[in-house]
Amino acid sequence: MEHTVVSASKFNAWFGDNHVVKDVTIGIEKNQVIAVMGPSGCGKTTFLRCINRMHELIPGATAKGSLKLYDDEVYTMNPIYVRYKIGMVFQRPNPFPNLSIYDNVVAGYKLNGLKMAKADMDVIVEKSLTSAALWKEVKDSLHKKGTFLSGGQQQRLCIARAIAMEPEVILFDEPTSALDPISTSSVEQLFHELKENYTLIIVTHNMQQAARVSDKTAFFYMGELVEFDDTKQMFTAPTDVRTQNYITGRFS
Amino acid sequence: MTPLENEITALKKELISMWILVQSQLNKAKDAMVQFDKDLAREVLIKEKRVNAFELKIDRDCENIFALYCPVAVDLRFLLAALKINTNLERIGDIAAGIALYIVESSVNFDVKALESTSLIRMYDEAVNILIDTRTAFEKEDTVLARSIFKRDDVLDAINENAPLVVAEVIKADMNSIPEALYILSVIRKLERVGDQSKNIAEEIIFYVEAKILKHLESSQKHIEGEED
Repeated sequence: MEHTVVSASKFNAWFGDNHVVKDVTIGIEKNQVIAVMGPSGCGKTTFLRCINRMHELIPGATAKGSLKLYDDEVYTMNPIYVRYKIGMVFQRPNPFPNLSIYDNVVAGYKLNGLKMAKADMDVIVEKSLTSAALWKEVKDSLHKKGTFLSGGQQQRLCIARAIAMEPEVILFDEPTSALDPISTSSVEQLFHELKENYTLIIVTHNMQQAARVSDKTAFFYMGELVEFDDTKQMFTAPTDVRTQNYITGRFS
Repeated sequence: MTPLENEITALKKELISMWILVQSQLNKAKDAMVQFDKDLAREVLIKEKRVNAFELKIDRDCENIFALYCPVAVDLRFLLAALKINTNLERIGDIAAGIALYIVESSVNFDVKALESTSLIRMYDEAVNILIDTRTAFEKEDTVLARSIFKRDDVLDAINENAPLVVAEVIKADMNSIPEALYILSVIRKLERVGDQSKNIAEEIIFYVEAKILKHLESSQKHIEGEED
């Protein structure tokens, strides 16, 4: 499809002999927020980490099947380029502790040896921090260490760092599970704004968050993609009984 | 069971208790009408407050469950259905009270022949039976039984449509029976509403169990489009 950004077809992933993602077929459209949920060990985070080829960084981890960014097979692309195009934000805010706020935002450029004029870098920093709804809070302290910020601000700094590379897709692995409700709310608000320009894929254990922020939801169980549908449909009338049992808390 | 399941089970029991009370109110109003028993009619009016109390309690319970448990899927559908069923039952309670009020205020006894010739008794019995069957459908989550309500409501509608002519015959036969005949017509209209409320309840049961919306469809379509795939 023309608007499909990420697509998988019969995609599988393993840790050694452990088959953790089984024959997943999915199409994720541009400028949508996708929530990925399922019980612990269902393969959702592994699938997420396959999308930007972080899965293969773990010894013994393998993958097979088709996984595309637009029309290009992710597993035949340069992994560094894949991670430019598919950014990632993790569960715990992880700004580089020794870098300033400013340098954290442009860390992707600096660490990859991409040189640019200071003025261009200033533009990227302001634009990224503004997109991450952090600019107003930190514009007067750009050269302080990122770790001086609150947890919620640090997470938004990590989002700004991902945005700075101008990715197509941003992956979020339980991005608010370490945040308080106010910080969670500001990050969720950010999702709505970010989807104007990016496609967001969010692994979350918080079903209410999935319901609040996503356009579509994918439910994984025991490595399988059980159901992928509009979030409204999923939370009012899921078609698979396993989805219903999970979201209603009746999972045995 | 999860805490939410416990809450929903308790709410379901409460709705069934309300249902039984409303059904009893409707039956007592009928007995009061047929026997012209003013004491029984007064009892219906007093117990109407209990129906109203049930409605408020169920509304509040639903509100609490929404706020505290954020229900989804079948639980969400159950709560949405429970809210609407609650309103429908309360309205049927109002209808029973309305029938009883006339008995309390009226000085004229009813001619049993007129009640029969207008099919009022038959209609009344069918309305009560429909209400009982909606309760059974709710308790057993039986959507086949719920679907049968649509056709049976058509029977009540037919009696209602025919009522002006039949009531006119009663008046023609005895001009002194005008107040009584008008009351019979009014009860027929009320019972037609009981059928409509029961039909709404049946739609809610199907929505809750099967996630299918049958509102505003013709009853023949409800059978075809609503059935399980």
